[in-house]
Amino acid sequence: MNGAMLFGLVAAALVGVGLYGLIVNPQPLRKILAFNVIGSGVFLLFGVIARRGAAAGLGGDPVPQALLITGIVVAFSATAIAVTVLLRLFEETGTTTLASAVPPPAAGPGPGQDQAGE
Amino acid sequence: MSSLVDVFTYITIATGAFFFLAGTVGLLRFPDTLTRLHALTKADNLGLGLIVLGLLPQVDGVMNGLKLIAIWLLVLLSGADAGQLIARAARRTMRRAAPHREGPAGAAGSRSSAMEPTAKAGGQP
Amino acid sequence: MIVDAVYAAPALLILSLGIYSTIVRDTFSATVGFIAYGLLLTVAWVQLHGVDVALTEAAIGGGLTGLLLVRASARLRPTEALARAEAPGGAMRLLAGLMAGGVFVVLAIAVLSLPDPAPTLAPQAAEHMASLGVGNPITAVLLAYRAMDTMLEAIVLLLALIGVWSLAPDRVWGGRPGPRYNADPEGILAFIARVLPPVGIIVGIYIFWIGADHPGGKFQGATIVAAMWLLTMMAGLADAPPINRRWVRILLVAGPAVFVAVGVAGALTAGAFLGYPEGWAKPLILVIEFALMPSLALTLGLIMAGTPERPAAP
Repeated sequence: MNGAMLFGLVAAALVGVGLYGLIVNPQPLRKILAFNVIGSGVFLLFGVIARRGAAAGLGGDPVPQALLITGIVVAFSATAIAVTVLLRLFEETGTTTLASAVPPPAAGPGPGQDQAGE
Repeated sequence: MSSLVDVFTYITIATGAFFFLAGTVGLLRFPDTLTRLHALTKADNLGLGLIVLGLLPQVDGVMNGLKLIAIWLLVLLSGADAGQLIARAARRTMRRAAPHREGPAGAAGSRSSAMEPTAKAGGQP
Repeated sequence: MIVDAVYAAPALLILSLGIYSTIVRDTFSATVGFIAYGLLLTVAWVQLHGVDVALTEAAIGGGLTGLLLVRASARLRPTEALARAEAPGGAMRLLAGLMAGGVFVVLAIAVLSLPDPAPTLAPQAAEHMASLGVGNPITAVLLAYRAMDTMLEAIVLLLALIGVWSLAPDRVWGGRPGPRYNADPEGILAFIARVLPPVGIIVGIYIFWIGADHPGGKFQGATIVAAMWLLTMMAGLADAPPINRRWVRILLVAGPAVFVAVGVAGALTAGAFLGYPEGWAKPLILVIEFALMPSLALTLGLIMAGTPERPAAP
């Protein structure tokens, strides 16, 4: 199981790398990408656990693997909505900054004015 | 006899991997997009063909062998098309950067906008 | 040594591509690196004996997510300069690095201290597969043991589509998603959009059908069919349907509705929601899969097509 352990350590490192990217990158699209890296690190970790559960003639425990398939699809759904919201923000305000210093557009309340992008 | 087949597999797969390596060296060392595309598409298709050839004696059943060949043909098809699309977008970008004559008006604006960054990234040494 | 290298090479490549996608300056390069990262993760999944997960990662994790991010990065190109000016300074980076390092250490300790022998549900999963008539244990888990998760997953996809639609401007509500792609009808893109979809649809249906006994399944097959539809849309050979068409809405809802109906019928006849009566497991699984596959393909294709941008023809 040494190879699976190596994948587990890589998965832990990926979660760390994604967290760094989530905090440091100012563009929201890069934050979404870093969020996906965190997600895939968590999935890889879960896959290592599934591999260690190999028994009864199966290569890996099928229950975590089935949950992983569900997880990948749900992560894609979340990414799709996040990217679409980001593109709408760009179309409405012409910029994608999360800093609250952006003045709202003249007509109507502006979207996405909540957090400062520190 | 089966060890002879295994030796054949090792040799062809190693040769295929060498062609992939050559294509990657071309990607890293060639000066602009078009030459890099040439290196990638030629070397990678040949490398994949050799790997598929090496795996063919190892499969059990004709259907699996046919599936391997179908994979190779699909990669050939999509790789050739993607290479052509990137090359045309690169040529359009190069014409726009240094217009020798009136370039063709970009008919597919939204399509080329996705392709253009590749050309820009590949055009700078 | 040779065996360990087989594991070590993909693992190190995955880590370096993950780092590259996070710290490279150009956003487009980061998204392309992410697609390659997804493909290498597929190799990792095969190493971990999860071939179904590998298929899903290649199709949805690397393919669809990568396409989403590449298109967004192309459209958001004008914001690059302003965003780069907002990059945080050294103190924030150091703090983030320390936090990331701390998370890594905690997770690594958790990985290294996993219980041995590992607890597993594989024996229980394997012993009931024969009565289901399904040869692939993942399919058995997805459609029999944890069918509730699969039903909610299909509904989550539908909700994501509704979320994407709800971001349309009021004046184009009910219209066609995405821009009108007009590629050269004699060109390369139109050529491959004519040649590849018949092959792709057959491959997609094959992967869906064979998921009962071998690695495969409806999510992977539906993704391939949706990708073929997207290819024809991007080549201008087909156009996205207006979202106020009745057939679109009926086809989208049909899959989850059948799933819920089977669940309610199971509550009435087998005593539990989504329970299968004795001997009815295989036919009910087939009914669910056949109803869900077209809905999934349409849902995935419409999510990728995006928000409505053109008003529907009056």
